[in-house]
Amino acid sequence: MKPVAITAYTLVSALGGTKAATLAALRSGQSGLTRCDFAGVNHGYIGRVAGVETHALPPPLACFDCRNNRLADMALHSNGFADAVDAARVRLGDARIAVVVGTSTSGILSAEEAFRRRDPVTGALPAAFNFTETHETYSLPRYVRAALNLRGPALSVAAACASAAKAIAHARELINAGVCDAAVAGGADSLCRMTLRGFASLELVSPAPCRPCAADRAGLSIGEAAGFLLLQRGAGDIALLGAGSSSDGHHMSAPQPDGAGAASAMNNALTDAGLKPSAIDYIHLHGTGTKANDEAEDAAVVTVFGKATACASSKGGTGHTLGAAGVVGAVIAALSIRHGMMPGCFGLDRPDARLRGNILTRTVDAPVRRVMTNAFGFGGVNCSLLFGAA
Amino acid sequence: MQVNVAGVALWGPGLPGWEASRATLSGLSPVTEQREPLPVPALLGPAERRRTSPVVRLALHLAERASLAAGIPCGAISAVFATSNGEGALLGALLEVLARDNTPISPTQFHNSVHNAAAGYWTIATRSRAPFTCLACHDASAAAALLQSAAQIVTGGESVLCVCYDLPLSAPLDAKRPVLEPFGFALVLAPPGSSQPRALRVRYAPEPAEEAMWLPQSLALQPLARGNPAARGLRILELLAGGNAGRARLPMLDGSVDVEVTPCSTAPRS
Repeated sequence: MKPVAITAYTLVSALGGTKAATLAALRSGQSGLTRCDFAGVNHGYIGRVAGVETHALPPPLACFDCRNNRLADMALHSNGFADAVDAARVRLGDARIAVVVGTSTSGILSAEEAFRRRDPVTGALPAAFNFTETHETYSLPRYVRAALNLRGPALSVAAACASAAKAIAHARELINAGVCDAAVAGGADSLCRMTLRGFASLELVSPAPCRPCAADRAGLSIGEAAGFLLLQRGAGDIALLGAGSSSDGHHMSAPQPDGAGAASAMNNALTDAGLKPSAIDYIHLHGTGTKANDEAEDAAVVTVFGKATACASSKGGTGHTLGAAGVVGAVIAALSIRHGMMPGCFGLDRPDARLRGNILTRTVDAPVRRVMTNAFGFGGVNCSLLFGAA
Repeated sequence: MQVNVAGVALWGPGLPGWEASRATLSGLSPVTEQREPLPVPALLGPAERRRTSPVVRLALHLAERASLAAGIPCGAISAVFATSNGEGALLGALLEVLARDNTPISPTQFHNSVHNAAAGYWTIATRSRAPFTCLACHDASAAAALLQSAAQIVTGGESVLCVCYDLPLSAPLDAKRPVLEPFGFALVLAPPGSSQPRALRVRYAPEPAEEAMWLPQSLALQPLARGNPAARGLRILELLAGGNAGRARLPMLDGSVDVEVTPCSTAPRS
C-alpha cells in the first residue's frame, strides 16, 4: 500500500514531554521509572508523567476532564503539534482530517473514583460522573477532534496493547481509500487501578524497574503516555511505509511461544512496504520485560530478520504504556531516523544469552533509514509498523 | 467506496437469525414479542462456552453465521469487530472489586475484560492468523465499522468480516449508559467485482444525520435501533432483506457515514 508522510509528531511519556527530552533520555539511558505510589498501589515501578494532576483542559471542553484526556491534551500542545494540525486544517479543510486513536482503558480512572463514591443506599454512581465523556473509549477521539477543531471521521481502536499501532495503520487505510486527506493518529493510555492491579494479578509486574531482554528480567512496569502523528497523503523524509497485522489464535494473555504470530505481522509489514528484511536498520521491540514476551518476540525477530539486525525495547525507560505503546514506538522510530541513532535498552548491561537477536545495550549513533516497530496485545493481536523516507 | 455483500447474520429480540428474520425485516410479517435465549456459537466446545461471556458468544455466533452464509471458512479472512460497551458487564464487576483496596482481582476476569476479547476468542476458536481490529465508537460504532471495513477492502483488495454487537450493562453502569436489549449483526464484505448481486457504497459525509435517515422503516424495530448502538445498522439490514435499493445515513458525531444499498433483484442468501 502507498506510504503516507508523517509531517508532525508528538509524545508525552515518563521520559518527558518534548522531543528534546525524549531524545536526551534515549541517548543517556536515563529511565523515567519511579517506585509505584499511584491510587493505593505500591507494588513495582511505574512510568508516570509529571504534571497530569495540575493540567487543565480548555474550559469549553471541561466535560471531557479525566486523566487520559489530560495526557492527550498535553501531547497535543507539545512539540508544535496542534499548530501543525491547524495549518493542515486551513489548507485541507476540517472535514478532510480524520482522528484515529487507540486506547485500552481510556478514562477508566474516573469510573474507579465514581465506584468509590456510590450512594450507600441506592448504589447509584455520583451524578457528576460523566461516563460517556471520560470512561468510554470514544471519549479520546472525541476530545482530540474537538480540541483540534476537526470535523472528519473519528475512530477509536481498542485492541489492547496494539491499539495505537492499529490506529496508525487504519489512518493510512482511510487516507489511501480517499476517506480523508490527512489523519491525526496515535493514542493515549494513563495510569489506573485496573491495569496496575490487573497485571499484578497475572503476576507480570516486576518488583524492580523492568529490564526487557535481561536474563533476570522479572516482568513489566506499567507506564502512561500519549502521542500523535499527523499523517498526510504524499511523500516525506519520514513516512509510514508499511503495516502488518496478524493474530496468534493461541491464548488471551500468553504469547505463542515460537512467536509465529508476531513473525507473521512483521513479514506482512515488509510485504506491504515491498521491502526485504535487509532493508531494515533497527527494530523497536514490543519488549515488555516478561519472560514469555521477550522470548517469543526474539524467536520471531530471528525468524524474519536473522541475528544481525539491531533491536531494543524502550520500555525500561517509559514502562509499558499499553494501548499507547504503538505510538511510543512510532515516535521513537521517527526520532531515530531524524537524528541518526539506534536507542539501546534501558538499564541493560548484558542481554539474556538465551535471546539470539542483536539486542543493543547502549544507544548507537548511526544513520538509520528504516525502522520497524512492534506492538502486541491480549487476545493475540499483533501489529508491526515500518517507518522510513518515501 | 463500493463493497459487495457476500453474507449476512443478525440476532436480536424477535430477530433470531437472518433467514428467520427476513420476512420481519422486509415488513412482510410483524415483529414478535418472543424472546429467545442468547445464541451460542457452534464452534465453541462446552468448556469454552462456560469460559466465554455472553458478549463473546453473541459476537462469535454472528461471525460464524455470516462466514457460513458467505461460504468462507471461519477465521479465513480479516475481521473488524465493533462494540460500544464491549465487556462492559465484566468491567462493572471488576470496578466493584477495584473500589476496595487490597482486594485481589481475578487474573482471568482481567484478561477477559479487554475490549477485543470477542475478536481474540474468535481467532483462538478458529485457530486463525488472520488480522482483526476492534473499534469502540459509542453510538457511531456500526458506522465506524462499515467505514473501516470498506477502507480496508478498497485498499487491501480482500474480503472483511464486519461484526457489530452490544449487550446491556449491569447496575450501576446501566444508568449511565442505557442499552436496552442485546443486538448484533455481521456482514461479510467483499471487494467490488466479486460475483455478488448486492453492494454497499460507503462514504463519510461531514453533515449530521437526523433520526429519519437511519431509523428502520418498521415502527416496531425503532425502539431497538434507538436503544442499542449495533442496531443502528437495522435500516441497512431492512434494505438487504427486502432486496431494495435505498440509503441509510448513520451518525458519527456531527458528521455521518452514508451507506447506499444498490439495486438488486434478490436478497442475500442465508
